[in-house]
Amino acid sequence: MTLADQDLKAAIAATRFGLGARPGEIAEARRDPHGFLRAQIRRDGADLPAGVATSSERLGEFREYQLEKRDARLQKAAMASGGDGKPADPDARDPVKVVGRMLRQDVGADFGARLQLAVTTGAGFRERWADFWANHFTVSATKAITGTVIGPYEAEAIRPNVFGRFTDLLGAVETHPAMLTYLDQVRSIGPNSRAAEYLKTGGNPRGVGRARLQRVANRSVGLNENLAREILELHTVGVNGGYSQADVTEFARAMTGLSVGGPRDPASETGTAVFRDPAHEPGERTVMGVRYRPGGKDQAGAILADLAAKPATATFVCTKIARHFVADEPSPALVARLEKAWTSSNGDLSRVAEALIAAPEAWAPTPAKFKTPYEFIVSSYRAAGAQPETFGKVAPILTALGQKPFSAPSPKGWPEDAQSWAAPDAIVKRMQFAQAFSAAAVRDRDPKALAADALGARLTPDTAKAVARAESRAEGFALLLMSPEFQRR
Amino acid sequence: MNAILPSRGLPTRRGVLAGAAGFGLALELIAVPAVAADADLARRKVIVVICRGGMDGLSVAPPIGDPEYQGLRGALALNKTALPLDGTFGLHPALASVQALAQAGEARIVPAVATPDRARSHFEAQDVLETGAAGVYSASSGWLNRAVEALSAHRKVEALSVGATAPLILRGKVQTASWSPGRAVDAEARLPTLLQDLYRNDPLLGPALARGLATEVMAQSATADMAAKPTAMMGQPPPANTPQRVRQGREAARSLGLSLAGFMREPGGPQVAAISLDGFDSHANQAGLLNTRLAYMDAVLDGIRSGLGPEWKNTVVVVATEFGRTARINGTGGTDHGTASTALLLGGALKTGGIVGDWPTLRANALFENRDVAPTLDMRGLFKGVLAEHMGLDRAVLDKTVFPDSAAAKPVLGLV
Repeated sequence: MTLADQDLKAAIAATRFGLGARPGEIAEARRDPHGFLRAQIRRDGADLPAGVATSSERLGEFREYQLEKRDARLQKAAMASGGDGKPADPDARDPVKVVGRMLRQDVGADFGARLQLAVTTGAGFRERWADFWANHFTVSATKAITGTVIGPYEAEAIRPNVFGRFTDLLGAVETHPAMLTYLDQVRSIGPNSRAAEYLKTGGNPRGVGRARLQRVANRSVGLNENLAREILELHTVGVNGGYSQADVTEFARAMTGLSVGGPRDPASETGTAVFRDPAHEPGERTVMGVRYRPGGKDQAGAILADLAAKPATATFVCTKIARHFVADEPSPALVARLEKAWTSSNGDLSRVAEALIAAPEAWAPTPAKFKTPYEFIVSSYRAAGAQPETFGKVAPILTALGQKPFSAPSPKGWPEDAQSWAAPDAIVKRMQFAQAFSAAAVRDRDPKALAADALGARLTPDTAKAVARAESRAEGFALLLMSPEFQRR
Repeated sequence: MNAILPSRGLPTRRGVLAGAAGFGLALELIAVPAVAADADLARRKVIVVICRGGMDGLSVAPPIGDPEYQGLRGALALNKTALPLDGTFGLHPALASVQALAQAGEARIVPAVATPDRARSHFEAQDVLETGAAGVYSASSGWLNRAVEALSAHRKVEALSVGATAPLILRGKVQTASWSPGRAVDAEARLPTLLQDLYRNDPLLGPALARGLATEVMAQSATADMAAKPTAMMGQPPPANTPQRVRQGREAARSLGLSLAGFMREPGGPQVAAISLDGFDSHANQAGLLNTRLAYMDAVLDGIRSGLGPEWKNTVVVVATEFGRTARINGTGGTDHGTASTALLLGGALKTGGIVGDWPTLRANALFENRDVAPTLDMRGLFKGVLAEHMGLDRAVLDKTVFPDSAAAKPVLGLV
């Protein structure tokens, strides 16, 4: 490798594989860019953001909040029908509102902790790898209850498993309360299960109160196929993976019983994944041509394991990895390399990560990926060597740029392509962020040095010249952040 | 590029922004042959509202006169609360503005329309809806972008998307504008000008920034007009006990519609626009979810109608979704992915009339694959009808370019 090659590779390691260079990072990667990345692969997973609560704590709190909210509503209705007619004080002392606000603050704090980790970590590749999987297995705060456990979900199901086997990651994700609530698995009941029979005949499986039972009876009881469909379409074999509507329905039947512990369950199960045998659809299932014996929760587990091992899953997921790291339309040769590593290791994600680092296509000199808003903001903070501002300041910016924290618009997750993010309005809003951020972040530092640190050999003469000619430090730094090469990776 | 920079001194606020506007304009004039436009056609406007997540047609326009409806929908049936429309159909109670327009002959429903896609995947179906292709992955640009390209051969046409990200329907060869609410650009700074210079060889960022700055210029007067002229809301005002959060959401939605309309009324403003509304995937607790989403949509539509003022008579709005939902209620108070759904047509340019397309009914043997509303109309035919008769696009161009290989999907004629 020539010296110039070495310089360029160091810059690519920090900016394309990583989350953008902090001052000194490119110099650190320069000695051995491949080794710098390989050293970030860690069997026991990605780093955990600081201070994230557990799912069961959060869901327990959310449940209490819902009950309080209902009580408050009933109380209000009672007052309106016979009381003095004076409405409850709508101000901040309303305890229900206070709890609601605290829940939202928790979600904000979780995102803040994640941002803090992304901005400060020395292992940017490891963190980007975790981000990729969190987006592949999207859950979203567009559903309020799910929002409260996204931080815990990433810490419990995603991060420990991102350098392990895909089948373990898949199993952890699809049985996590965040996914079960997000994709409506929680109340999916086998139409011929014992629970359905009880409910249809007015029975009472667990000593429930009459009013609640009536509410349950008013709802029809049965399957919800949302999670089953998205596992096939988005998490494993992909939409062209060779499954039919009948496969979706059969898979949904096999998954019935999988739920989240609520107030009627033992306290130790609150907010954790549980398997309710009485709600499980009895019998044999056939999914994608394979017959699965009756077997409670093992039935869905066996289907998930088979899906994880399918060649279509390797192709679908490896294509997404290549698309995320290298190009919106990745080369078939690169995808084939990743697939080979996947197949020969039975889906060992450490081996896939190594194959990505070793692939020559991943080091193409021209940056083909346009940064998402999150990547742009994180890399801007890293370039400034800054500690992140409080979440409160970053959240509105990401929202204006179209990437509201923890709130992907659909189970497909955030888009990865330039066309989605480079709309005219989005570029203007990035410019506005760069202006405001630079004014606050640059202080007395030399933007020319910051530019060299942030982009290394990727800095073009045009941008270097524009930064050098800027009339203020802030203007110079803003030009760096908005430069064509900083906007890409 | 340098020609737009003032020859000396720092550019002024309006100078920079207007310079950018000029830049965008210059590109248009180079790309588009100048052909004398029919003045009437040039005023015509079309707005596409995309409702993402699979909007439940049986809730938008519940077929309360269909004998099967109540049984299939159980607790979700809207027989008691639907707003009256005709003998078979009602409208969802949250669609008060749409109902008022329907009563004035300015809104119609298309109750069983679907794209050619049958996979029941959101993402595949949205791709097909927006690319206008016969199948998934067969086109990478949006049909509305190709329509703008074809119209531009005859007259100057501008297009705008509203929202922070660009919807696929407007992506493609023609650089279109995009806008979302936010702070005004600080045009005292030199940054916009310096960046345009830095982007001079960048095929992605150069045109995008120029267009974004031009739209900012327009936004200043488009949204100023809106503030100056408050307009009355159609339909029933929300009841007095509506929670503040819901009220604020409705106001924000209405002002989004007003802003979009403001752009379309500007001289040189867009005649073609697209806006996406998210969150219609109602697998569980559908009643509450759709109440909120449809109230939001109703307010956006009301904002568009009142913001367009006298231009409403030149406008057709199409509201469409990627697919409908199962005819039966599911086990969790919602519905799962289905096939045909309801589209809405609104606008002062519409002819009065009943439903568009046939109603297949909900009889067991009429359901598609024993679960969904069966499609009686190809979504492309609906779009083609609007583009042909309202916007004056040629049938051959529609069949081959805007909607590739779609000759079999005949345009729905007589809508305008």
